[in-house]
Amino acid sequence: MVIPGEAVGGPGLKPGPGTYSEGGQLFAAQLGIRNERDGLVSVIPLNGRYIPLRGDAVIGEVTDLGPSHWLVDINSPYPAPLHATESPWRVEFGDTARYLKVGDVIMCHVLSVDEIKRVQLTMQEREAQRLNGGMVIEISPTKVPRVIAKQGSMLTLVRDLTHCQIYVGQNGRIWLDGDDRDTAIAAQAIRLIGERAQAFGLTEAVRELIESARRETRGPRPS
Amino acid sequence: MMEDIEHIEKEMKLINADGSRLDGRKPDELRPVRIEAGVLRRADGSAYIEWGGNKVLAAVYGPREAHPRHLQDPARALVQCRYNMAPFSVSDRKRPGPDRRSVEISKVISEAFSSVVFKEQFPRTSVDIFIEVLQADAGTRCAGLTAASVALADAGVPMRDLVTSCASGKIDGVVCLDLNKEEDNFGDADCPMAIVPRTGEIVLLQMDGHLTFDEFQKAMVLSIGAATRLYELQRDALRRRYSVTLEDILKESPPARAPPARELDQELDRDREVEPEPPLPPEDDFGAEGI
Repeated sequence: MVIPGEAVGGPGLKPGPGTYSEGGQLFAAQLGIRNERDGLVSVIPLNGRYIPLRGDAVIGEVTDLGPSHWLVDINSPYPAPLHATESPWRVEFGDTARYLKVGDVIMCHVLSVDEIKRVQLTMQEREAQRLNGGMVIEISPTKVPRVIAKQGSMLTLVRDLTHCQIYVGQNGRIWLDGDDRDTAIAAQAIRLIGERAQAFGLTEAVRELIESARRETRGPRPS
Repeated sequence: MMEDIEHIEKEMKLINADGSRLDGRKPDELRPVRIEAGVLRRADGSAYIEWGGNKVLAAVYGPREAHPRHLQDPARALVQCRYNMAPFSVSDRKRPGPDRRSVEISKVISEAFSSVVFKEQFPRTSVDIFIEVLQADAGTRCAGLTAASVALADAGVPMRDLVTSCASGKIDGVVCLDLNKEEDNFGDADCPMAIVPRTGEIVLLQMDGHLTFDEFQKAMVLSIGAATRLYELQRDALRRRYSVTLEDILKESPPARAPPARELDQELDRDREVEPEPPLPPEDDFGAEGI
Protein backbone atom coordinates (compact mmCIF):
# COMPACT_ATOMS: atom_id res chain seq x y z
CA MET A 1 0.00 0.00 0.00
CA VAL A 2 1.26 3.47 -0.85
CA ILE A 3 0.36 6.94 0.38
CA PRO A 4 0.39 10.12 -1.75
CA GLY A 5 3.96 11.40 -2.07
CA GLU A 6 5.54 8.00 -1.55
CA ALA A 7 8.21 6.96 -4.05
CA VAL A 8 6.95 4.12 -6.26
CA GLY A 9 9.75 3.76 -8.77
CA GLY A 10 12.93 5.13 -10.24
CA PRO A 11 14.12 5.98 -13.73
CA GLY A 12 13.29 3.49 -16.48
CA LEU A 13 9.73 3.00 -15.28
CA LYS A 14 6.77 4.77 -16.83
CA PRO A 15 4.16 6.60 -14.75
CA GLY A 16 0.70 5.05 -15.02
CA PRO A 17 -2.63 6.08 -13.50
CA GLY A 18 -2.41 7.26 -9.90
CA THR A 19 1.25 8.25 -10.15
CA TYR A 20 3.28 11.24 -11.28
CA SER A 21 6.91 11.76 -12.14
CA GLU A 22 9.22 14.45 -10.89
CA GLY A 23 12.92 14.61 -11.64
CA GLY A 24 13.02 11.08 -13.03
CA GLN A 25 11.43 9.60 -9.91
CA LEU A 26 7.89 8.28 -9.69
CA PHE A 27 5.59 9.06 -6.81
CA ALA A 28 2.13 7.96 -5.78
CA ALA A 29 -0.60 10.53 -6.33
CA GLN A 30 -3.30 8.56 -4.61
CA LEU A 31 -3.78 6.31 -1.65
CA GLY A 32 -3.79 2.82 -3.07
CA ILE A 33 -2.03 -0.38 -3.99
CA ARG A 34 1.15 -0.19 -6.05
CA ASN A 35 1.07 -2.22 -9.23
CA GLU A 36 3.86 -2.75 -11.75
CA ARG A 37 3.45 -4.32 -15.17
CA ASP A 38 5.77 -4.13 -18.20
CA GLY A 39 7.67 -1.17 -16.77
CA LEU A 40 4.47 0.76 -16.14
CA VAL A 41 3.84 1.64 -12.51
CA SER A 42 0.33 2.48 -11.44
CA VAL A 43 -1.51 2.92 -8.17
CA ILE A 44 -4.89 1.25 -7.88
CA PRO A 45 -6.84 3.67 -5.71
CA LEU A 46 -8.59 2.45 -2.57
CA ASN A 47 -11.13 5.21 -2.65
CA GLY A 48 -12.35 7.94 -4.95
CA ARG A 49 -15.14 9.21 -7.14
CA TYR A 50 -16.22 7.72 -10.43
CA ILE A 51 -14.79 9.57 -13.42
CA PRO A 52 -16.58 8.53 -16.62
CA LEU A 53 -14.60 6.75 -19.32
CA ARG A 54 -15.76 6.05 -22.87
CA GLY A 55 -17.39 2.66 -23.18
CA ASP A 56 -18.09 2.12 -19.47
CA ALA A 57 -21.33 0.38 -18.57
CA VAL A 58 -23.03 2.46 -15.89
CA ILE A 59 -26.25 2.40 -13.94
CA GLY A 60 -27.90 5.80 -13.86
CA GLU A 61 -30.95 7.43 -12.42
CA VAL A 62 -32.97 9.85 -14.51
CA THR A 63 -33.02 13.23 -12.77
CA ASP A 64 -34.48 15.56 -15.38
CA LEU A 65 -36.24 15.56 -18.73
CA GLY A 66 -35.71 17.78 -21.74
CA PRO A 67 -37.72 17.76 -24.96
CA SER A 68 -35.09 15.63 -26.68
CA HIS A 69 -32.92 14.27 -23.88
CA TRP A 70 -32.83 12.94 -20.35
CA LEU A 71 -30.41 14.04 -17.68
CA VAL A 72 -28.99 11.05 -15.89
CA ASP A 73 -27.18 10.92 -12.57
CA ILE A 74 -24.34 8.45 -12.99
CA ASN A 75 -22.76 9.00 -9.57
CA SER A 76 -19.95 11.15 -10.98
CA PRO A 77 -19.08 14.84 -10.59
CA TYR A 78 -20.40 15.48 -14.09
CA PRO A 79 -24.02 15.62 -15.30
CA ALA A 80 -24.65 13.12 -18.08
CA PRO A 81 -27.28 13.70 -20.78
CA LEU A 82 -28.80 10.84 -22.75
CA HIS A 83 -30.03 12.12 -26.09
CA ALA A 84 -33.27 10.77 -27.52
CA THR A 85 -31.48 9.55 -30.66
CA GLU A 86 -29.24 7.42 -28.43
CA SER A 87 -32.19 5.68 -26.81
CA PRO A 88 -33.48 2.34 -28.09
CA TRP A 89 -36.86 3.92 -28.92
CA ARG A 90 -38.17 6.23 -31.61
CA VAL A 91 -38.87 9.28 -29.52
CA GLU A 92 -40.96 12.15 -30.89
CA PHE A 93 -39.68 15.61 -29.99
CA GLY A 94 -41.13 16.55 -26.59
CA ASP A 95 -42.31 13.03 -25.90
CA THR A 96 -39.40 11.89 -23.72
CA ALA A 97 -41.57 11.40 -20.64
CA ARG A 98 -43.37 8.49 -22.29
CA TYR A 99 -40.21 6.40 -22.21
CA LEU A 100 -38.27 7.39 -19.12
CA LYS A 101 -39.47 9.38 -16.13
CA VAL A 102 -37.59 11.09 -13.34
CA GLY A 103 -36.50 8.42 -10.88
CA ASP A 104 -36.25 5.62 -13.45
CA VAL A 105 -33.10 3.58 -13.30
CA ILE A 106 -31.33 2.64 -16.51
CA MET A 107 -28.41 0.54 -17.58
CA CYS A 108 -26.50 2.50 -20.22
CA HIS A 109 -23.02 3.16 -21.61
CA VAL A 110 -20.77 6.17 -21.80
CA LEU A 111 -20.78 7.25 -25.45
CA SER A 112 -18.13 9.95 -25.20
CA VAL A 113 -16.17 12.08 -22.78
CA ASP A 114 -14.35 15.15 -24.10
CA GLU A 115 -11.38 16.99 -22.62
CA ILE A 116 -13.50 19.19 -20.40
CA LYS A 117 -15.33 16.07 -19.25
CA ARG A 118 -18.60 16.66 -21.04
CA VAL A 119 -20.27 13.27 -20.92
CA GLN A 120 -22.75 11.71 -23.32
CA LEU A 121 -24.58 8.46 -22.72
CA THR A 122 -26.00 5.88 -25.06
CA MET A 123 -28.50 3.07 -24.77
CA GLN A 124 -27.72 1.55 -28.16
CA GLU A 125 -25.70 -1.32 -26.69
CA ARG A 126 -27.21 -4.74 -26.34
CA GLU A 127 -27.61 -4.91 -22.56
CA ALA A 128 -28.79 -1.31 -22.22
CA GLN A 129 -32.28 -1.16 -20.79
CA ARG A 130 -34.59 0.38 -18.29
CA LEU A 131 -34.32 -1.54 -15.01
CA ASN A 132 -37.70 -2.29 -13.51
CA GLY A 133 -38.10 -3.38 -9.91
CA GLY A 134 -35.16 -4.75 -7.95
CA MET A 135 -32.91 -2.58 -5.85
CA VAL A 136 -29.81 -0.51 -6.40
CA ILE A 137 -26.91 -0.44 -3.96
CA GLU A 138 -23.84 1.73 -4.15
CA ILE A 139 -20.26 0.75 -3.43
CA SER A 140 -17.03 2.61 -3.99
CA PRO A 141 -16.38 2.68 -7.77
CA THR A 142 -12.78 1.64 -7.11
CA LYS A 143 -14.07 -1.70 -5.80
CA VAL A 144 -16.06 -2.61 -8.91
CA PRO A 145 -13.26 -4.75 -10.46
CA ARG A 146 -13.29 -6.88 -7.29
CA VAL A 147 -17.03 -7.40 -7.42
CA ILE A 148 -16.67 -8.65 -10.98
CA ALA A 149 -13.27 -10.35 -10.53
CA LYS A 150 -11.42 -12.36 -13.17
CA GLN A 151 -13.79 -13.28 -16.02
CA GLY A 152 -16.67 -12.30 -13.76
CA SER A 153 -15.99 -15.17 -11.38
CA MET A 154 -17.07 -13.37 -8.21
CA LEU A 155 -20.19 -12.05 -9.86
CA THR A 156 -21.05 -15.52 -11.16
CA LEU A 157 -20.58 -16.91 -7.66
CA VAL A 158 -22.98 -14.42 -6.08
CA ARG A 159 -25.45 -14.85 -8.94
CA ASP A 160 -25.43 -18.65 -8.68
CA LEU A 161 -25.67 -18.82 -4.91
CA THR A 162 -28.47 -16.27 -4.56
CA HIS A 163 -30.32 -16.82 -7.87
CA CYS A 164 -30.45 -13.04 -8.28
CA GLN A 165 -30.23 -11.05 -11.44
CA ILE A 166 -27.31 -8.65 -11.02
CA TYR A 167 -26.02 -5.79 -13.13
CA VAL A 168 -22.82 -4.01 -12.14
CA GLY A 169 -22.11 -0.49 -13.35
CA GLN A 170 -18.55 0.82 -13.50
CA ASN A 171 -19.83 3.79 -11.49
CA GLY A 172 -20.22 1.65 -8.38
CA ARG A 173 -23.96 1.16 -8.66
CA ILE A 174 -25.21 -2.39 -8.59
CA TRP A 175 -28.71 -3.42 -9.47
CA LEU A 176 -30.11 -6.61 -7.96
CA ASP A 177 -33.37 -8.37 -8.49
CA GLY A 178 -34.73 -11.63 -7.19
CA ASP A 179 -36.45 -13.11 -4.18
CA ASP A 180 -36.58 -10.55 -1.33
CA ARG A 181 -34.40 -12.59 1.02
CA ASP A 182 -31.95 -13.54 -1.68
CA THR A 183 -31.64 -9.93 -2.76
CA ALA A 184 -30.87 -8.91 0.80
CA ILE A 185 -28.23 -11.62 1.08
CA ALA A 186 -26.70 -10.70 -2.26
CA ALA A 187 -26.60 -7.04 -1.21
CA GLN A 188 -24.83 -8.00 1.99
CA ALA A 189 -22.33 -10.13 0.07
CA ILE A 190 -21.56 -7.29 -2.32
CA ARG A 191 -21.07 -4.88 0.57
CA LEU A 192 -18.59 -7.35 2.02
CA ILE A 193 -16.69 -7.49 -1.25
CA GLY A 194 -16.68 -3.70 -1.44
CA GLU A 195 -15.31 -3.34 2.05
CA ARG A 196 -12.83 -6.19 1.97
CA ALA A 197 -11.67 -5.80 -1.61
CA GLN A 198 -7.98 -6.33 -0.82
CA ALA A 199 -8.43 -9.40 1.39
CA PHE A 200 -7.02 -12.82 0.73
CA GLY A 201 -9.55 -15.61 0.45
CA LEU A 202 -12.30 -13.17 -0.34
CA THR A 203 -14.15 -15.63 -2.56
CA GLU A 204 -14.33 -18.16 0.27
CA ALA A 205 -15.50 -15.51 2.74
CA VAL A 206 -18.25 -14.45 0.37
CA ARG A 207 -19.34 -18.04 -0.24
CA GLU A 208 -19.46 -18.68 3.48
CA LEU A 209 -21.42 -15.49 4.16
CA ILE A 210 -24.04 -16.32 1.56
CA GLU A 211 -24.37 -19.96 2.55
CA SER A 212 -24.70 -19.26 6.26
CA ALA A 213 -27.17 -16.46 5.60
CA ARG A 214 -29.25 -18.74 3.43
CA ARG A 215 -29.18 -21.47 6.05
CA GLU A 216 -30.44 -19.02 8.66
CA THR A 217 -33.26 -17.68 6.57
CA ARG A 218 -34.44 -21.06 5.41
CA GLY A 219 -37.83 -22.06 6.70
CA PRO A 220 -41.35 -21.48 5.55
CA ARG A 221 -41.04 -19.06 2.68
CA PRO A 222 -43.75 -16.45 2.30
CA SER A 223 -45.81 -17.36 -0.72
CA MET B 1 -5.72 57.21 37.52
CA MET B 2 -5.24 55.69 34.11
CA GLU B 3 -2.23 53.46 33.91
CA ASP B 4 -0.07 53.15 30.88
CA ILE B 5 -0.99 49.55 30.17
CA GLU B 6 1.64 49.20 27.48
CA HIS B 7 4.39 49.42 30.05
CA ILE B 8 3.09 47.22 32.84
CA GLU B 9 5.63 44.54 33.30
CA LYS B 10 4.33 41.13 32.34
CA GLU B 11 4.00 38.92 35.39
CA MET B 12 3.45 35.73 33.46
CA LYS B 13 6.59 33.57 33.44
CA LEU B 14 6.37 31.24 30.47
CA ILE B 15 9.75 29.56 30.79
CA ASN B 16 10.84 27.92 34.04
CA ALA B 17 14.31 28.33 35.52
CA ASP B 18 15.38 24.96 34.10
CA GLY B 19 14.44 26.00 30.59
CA SER B 20 11.25 23.91 30.43
CA ARG B 21 7.89 25.38 29.54
CA LEU B 22 4.72 25.71 31.62
CA ASP B 23 3.49 22.29 30.55
CA GLY B 24 6.93 20.77 31.06
CA ARG B 25 7.90 20.56 27.42
CA LYS B 26 11.33 21.38 26.06
CA PRO B 27 11.48 24.28 23.58
CA ASP B 28 11.61 21.90 20.61
CA GLU B 29 8.96 19.49 21.81
CA LEU B 30 5.52 18.91 20.28
CA ARG B 31 2.37 18.38 22.26
CA PRO B 32 1.03 14.80 22.05
CA VAL B 33 -0.68 14.21 18.70
CA ARG B 34 -3.10 11.47 17.72
CA ILE B 35 -4.65 11.17 14.27
CA GLU B 36 -7.38 8.87 13.09
CA ALA B 37 -8.52 8.53 9.47
CA GLY B 38 -11.94 7.59 8.14
CA VAL B 39 -14.05 8.57 11.13
CA LEU B 40 -17.15 9.76 9.25
CA ARG B 41 -19.27 7.49 7.07
CA ARG B 42 -21.10 10.03 4.91
CA ALA B 43 -18.12 12.09 3.80
CA ASP B 44 -15.85 10.84 1.01
CA GLY B 45 -12.87 11.19 3.31
CA SER B 46 -12.41 12.23 6.92
CA ALA B 47 -9.96 12.48 9.76
CA TYR B 48 -9.89 13.40 13.41
CA ILE B 49 -6.93 14.87 15.22
CA GLU B 50 -6.15 15.48 18.85
CA TRP B 51 -3.20 17.78 19.25
CA GLY B 52 -2.57 18.74 22.84
CA GLY B 53 -5.84 20.40 23.86
CA ASN B 54 -7.03 20.75 20.27
CA LYS B 55 -9.74 18.50 18.93
CA VAL B 56 -10.42 18.95 15.26
CA LEU B 57 -12.55 17.05 12.76
CA ALA B 58 -11.93 17.29 9.02
CA ALA B 59 -14.15 16.03 6.19
CA VAL B 60 -13.62 16.05 2.46
CA TYR B 61 -16.17 15.76 -0.35
CA GLY B 62 -15.46 15.44 -3.98
CA PRO B 63 -14.39 16.02 -6.60
CA ARG B 64 -18.04 16.90 -7.10
CA GLU B 65 -20.06 19.24 -9.28
CA ALA B 66 -19.19 22.83 -8.33
CA HIS B 67 -22.08 24.99 -7.24
CA PRO B 68 -22.95 27.74 -8.01
CA ARG B 69 -22.24 27.03 -11.67
CA HIS B 70 -20.50 30.35 -12.39
CA LEU B 71 -17.71 29.38 -10.00
CA GLN B 72 -16.78 26.36 -12.11
CA ASP B 73 -13.45 26.52 -13.84
CA PRO B 74 -13.48 24.75 -17.22
CA ALA B 75 -9.80 23.88 -16.89
CA ARG B 76 -9.40 22.68 -13.32
CA ALA B 77 -11.08 21.80 -10.04
CA LEU B 78 -11.72 24.32 -7.29
CA VAL B 79 -10.34 23.59 -3.88
CA GLN B 80 -12.68 25.10 -1.35
CA CYS B 81 -12.27 25.05 2.38
CA ARG B 82 -14.37 26.01 5.35
CA TYR B 83 -12.71 26.38 8.71
CA ASN B 84 -15.22 26.70 11.49
CA MET B 85 -15.00 26.86 15.25
CA ALA B 86 -17.77 25.32 17.31
CA PRO B 87 -19.42 27.75 19.74
CA PHE B 88 -18.17 25.57 22.59
CA SER B 89 -14.60 25.29 21.34
CA VAL B 90 -13.30 28.18 23.44
CA SER B 91 -13.90 29.26 27.04
CA ASP B 92 -16.09 32.24 26.13
CA ARG B 93 -18.82 31.16 23.79
CA LYS B 94 -17.74 31.80 20.24
CA ARG B 95 -20.43 33.51 18.23
CA PRO B 96 -21.30 30.94 15.57
CA GLY B 97 -20.81 31.65 11.89
CA PRO B 98 -17.93 32.84 9.77
CA ASP B 99 -16.00 35.84 11.05
CA ARG B 100 -13.00 37.74 9.76
CA ARG B 101 -10.57 35.29 11.31
CA SER B 102 -12.15 32.07 10.11
CA VAL B 103 -12.69 33.42 6.59
CA GLU B 104 -8.99 34.22 6.43
CA ILE B 105 -7.97 30.82 7.74
CA SER B 106 -10.28 29.10 5.27
CA LYS B 107 -8.66 31.05 2.46
CA VAL B 108 -5.06 30.28 3.38
CA ILE B 109 -5.82 26.60 3.97
CA SER B 110 -7.60 26.20 0.64
CA GLU B 111 -4.65 27.86 -1.08
CA ALA B 112 -2.24 25.53 0.67
CA PHE B 113 -4.14 22.47 -0.63
CA SER B 114 -4.64 24.04 -4.02
CA SER B 115 -0.93 23.72 -4.66
CA VAL B 116 -0.75 19.97 -4.00
CA VAL B 117 -4.01 18.63 -5.48
CA PHE B 118 -3.91 17.60 -9.16
CA LYS B 119 -6.68 19.99 -10.09
CA GLU B 120 -6.36 19.56 -13.86
CA GLN B 121 -7.65 15.99 -13.62
CA PHE B 122 -11.11 17.17 -12.61
CA PRO B 123 -12.20 20.19 -14.63
CA ARG B 124 -15.42 21.94 -13.59
CA THR B 125 -15.58 20.27 -10.20
CA SER B 126 -14.84 21.28 -6.66
CA VAL B 127 -13.09 19.55 -3.81
CA ASP B 128 -14.66 20.69 -0.57
CA ILE B 129 -12.79 20.54 2.70
CA PHE B 130 -14.54 21.09 5.99
CA ILE B 131 -12.60 21.71 9.18
CA GLU B 132 -14.54 21.79 12.40
CA VAL B 133 -12.72 22.83 15.54
CA LEU B 134 -14.40 21.13 18.48
CA GLN B 135 -11.95 22.29 21.10
CA ALA B 136 -9.30 24.95 20.64
CA ASP B 137 -6.00 25.31 22.43
CA ALA B 138 -3.84 27.38 20.03
CA GLY B 139 -2.58 26.02 16.73
CA THR B 140 -5.99 24.97 15.42
CA ARG B 141 -5.22 25.97 11.86
CA CYS B 142 -2.18 23.70 11.87
CA ALA B 143 -4.13 20.87 13.46
CA GLY B 144 -6.98 21.39 11.00
CA LEU B 145 -4.66 21.44 8.03
CA THR B 146 -2.83 18.31 9.17
CA ALA B 147 -6.13 16.48 9.64
CA ALA B 148 -7.59 17.77 6.38
CA SER B 149 -4.68 16.42 4.39
CA VAL B 150 -5.27 12.96 5.88
CA ALA B 151 -8.96 13.32 5.00
CA LEU B 152 -8.04 14.34 1.46
CA ALA B 153 -5.88 11.24 1.00
CA ASP B 154 -8.63 9.12 2.56
CA ALA B 155 -11.08 10.51 -0.02
CA GLY B 156 -8.79 9.29 -2.80
CA VAL B 157 -8.14 12.76 -4.19
CA PRO B 158 -4.97 12.70 -6.31
CA MET B 159 -2.30 14.93 -4.82
CA ARG B 160 1.44 15.37 -4.90
CA ASP B 161 2.01 14.77 -1.21
CA LEU B 162 0.38 15.13 2.17
CA VAL B 163 0.61 18.58 3.68
CA THR B 164 1.92 18.86 7.20
CA SER B 165 1.67 21.91 9.39
CA CYS B 166 3.09 23.12 12.66
CA ALA B 167 3.55 26.49 14.32
CA SER B 168 6.58 27.89 16.09
CA GLY B 169 6.78 31.04 18.12
CA LYS B 170 8.66 33.09 20.65
CA ILE B 171 7.89 33.09 24.36
CA ASP B 172 9.92 35.02 26.91
CA GLY B 173 12.43 35.68 24.15
CA VAL B 174 12.98 31.97 23.43
CA VAL B 175 12.01 30.44 20.08
CA CYS B 176 9.77 27.45 20.80
CA LEU B 177 7.84 24.86 18.84
CA ASP B 178 4.06 24.43 18.91
CA LEU B 179 2.77 27.05 21.37
CA ASN B 180 -0.17 26.19 23.59
CA LYS B 181 -2.93 28.59 24.59
CA GLU B 182 -1.11 30.37 27.43
CA GLU B 183 2.08 30.67 25.41
CA ASP B 184 0.16 31.99 22.44
CA ASN B 185 -1.76 34.54 24.51
CA PHE B 186 1.14 35.82 26.57
CA GLY B 187 4.07 35.08 24.27
CA ASP B 188 5.79 37.41 21.84
CA ALA B 189 5.14 35.83 18.45
CA ASP B 190 3.44 32.91 16.75
CA CYS B 191 4.33 31.69 13.28
CA PRO B 192 2.26 28.86 11.74
CA MET B 193 3.59 27.22 8.61
CA ALA B 194 2.59 24.32 6.35
CA ILE B 195 5.07 22.21 4.47
CA VAL B 196 5.03 19.65 1.68
CA PRO B 197 7.39 17.22 3.41
CA ARG B 198 8.76 15.48 0.34
CA THR B 199 10.00 18.63 -1.35
CA GLY B 200 10.25 20.96 1.63
CA GLU B 201 8.02 23.44 -0.17
CA ILE B 202 6.21 25.92 2.08
CA VAL B 203 2.53 26.29 1.25
CA LEU B 204 1.38 28.37 4.20
CA LEU B 205 3.29 30.91 6.23
CA GLN B 206 1.83 33.44 8.58
CA MET B 207 3.17 35.43 11.49
CA ASP B 208 1.59 37.14 14.43
CA GLY B 209 4.04 39.33 16.39
CA HIS B 210 7.65 40.00 15.59
CA LEU B 211 10.62 37.72 15.00
CA THR B 212 14.07 38.82 13.93
CA PHE B 213 15.49 37.12 10.85
CA ASP B 214 17.62 34.80 12.99
CA GLU B 215 14.69 33.94 15.22
CA PHE B 216 12.54 33.29 12.17
CA GLN B 217 15.10 30.92 10.71
CA LYS B 218 15.26 29.07 13.98
CA ALA B 219 11.47 28.85 14.09
CA MET B 220 11.45 27.47 10.58
CA VAL B 221 13.98 24.76 11.44
CA LEU B 222 11.83 23.77 14.41
CA SER B 223 8.64 23.62 12.33
CA ILE B 224 10.24 21.65 9.54
CA GLY B 225 11.64 19.18 12.05
CA ALA B 226 8.19 18.77 13.58
CA ALA B 227 6.66 18.32 10.14
CA THR B 228 8.64 15.16 9.48
CA ARG B 229 7.40 13.69 12.76
CA LEU B 230 3.79 14.68 12.00
CA TYR B 231 4.14 13.27 8.47
CA GLU B 232 4.84 9.84 9.96
CA LEU B 233 1.76 10.14 12.20
CA GLN B 234 -0.38 11.05 9.19
CA ARG B 235 0.91 8.13 7.16
CA ASP B 236 0.42 5.82 10.09
CA ALA B 237 -3.20 6.95 10.48
CA LEU B 238 -3.87 6.18 6.82
CA ARG B 239 -2.19 2.78 7.03
CA ARG B 240 -4.21 1.85 10.11
CA ARG B 241 -7.41 2.89 8.37
CA TYR B 242 -6.89 0.40 5.56
CA SER B 243 -5.52 -2.53 7.49
CA VAL B 244 -8.61 -3.41 9.46
CA THR B 245 -9.46 -7.06 9.69
CA LEU B 246 -12.54 -8.86 8.49
CA GLU B 247 -13.98 -8.99 12.00
CA ASP B 248 -13.75 -5.23 12.29
CA ILE B 249 -15.79 -4.80 9.15
CA LEU B 250 -18.42 -7.32 10.15
CA LYS B 251 -18.98 -5.69 13.50
CA GLU B 252 -18.83 -2.20 12.09
CA SER B 253 -21.77 0.15 11.73
CA PRO B 254 -24.05 -0.76 14.57
CA PRO B 255 -25.98 2.44 15.27
CA ALA B 256 -24.64 4.62 18.06
CA ARG B 257 -24.29 2.76 21.31
CA ALA B 258 -25.71 4.10 24.53
CA PRO B 259 -23.27 6.72 25.79
CA PRO B 260 -20.67 5.06 28.00
CA ALA B 261 -20.73 5.99 31.62
CA ARG B 262 -16.99 6.48 31.87
CA GLU B 263 -15.29 9.67 30.96
CA LEU B 264 -14.63 10.45 27.33
CA ASP B 265 -10.94 11.07 27.81
CA GLN B 266 -10.53 7.67 29.34
CA GLU B 267 -12.27 6.08 26.43
CA LEU B 268 -9.97 7.79 23.96
CA ASP B 269 -6.90 6.84 25.94
CA ARG B 270 -7.80 3.23 25.92
CA ASP B 271 -6.44 3.14 22.39
CA ARG B 272 -8.62 0.50 20.79
CA GLU B 273 -8.42 -2.15 23.43
CA VAL B 274 -10.50 -5.19 22.74
CA GLU B 275 -13.89 -4.73 24.21
CA PRO B 276 -16.80 -7.12 23.84
CA GLU B 277 -19.13 -5.54 21.32
CA PRO B 278 -22.83 -5.58 22.10
CA PRO B 279 -24.78 -7.97 19.86
CA LEU B 280 -25.46 -6.54 16.44
CA PRO B 281 -28.92 -5.22 15.78
CA PRO B 282 -30.31 -6.56 12.52
CA GLU B 283 -28.46 -4.76 9.79
CA ASP B 284 -30.47 -2.24 7.88
CA ASP B 285 -29.28 -2.76 4.38
CA PHE B 286 -31.86 -0.76 2.57
CA GLY B 287 -32.51 2.53 4.29
CA ALA B 288 -29.12 4.00 4.86
CA GLU B 289 -27.68 4.47 1.43
CA GLY B 290 -30.22 3.46 -1.21
CA ILE B 291 -30.03 5.49 -4.38
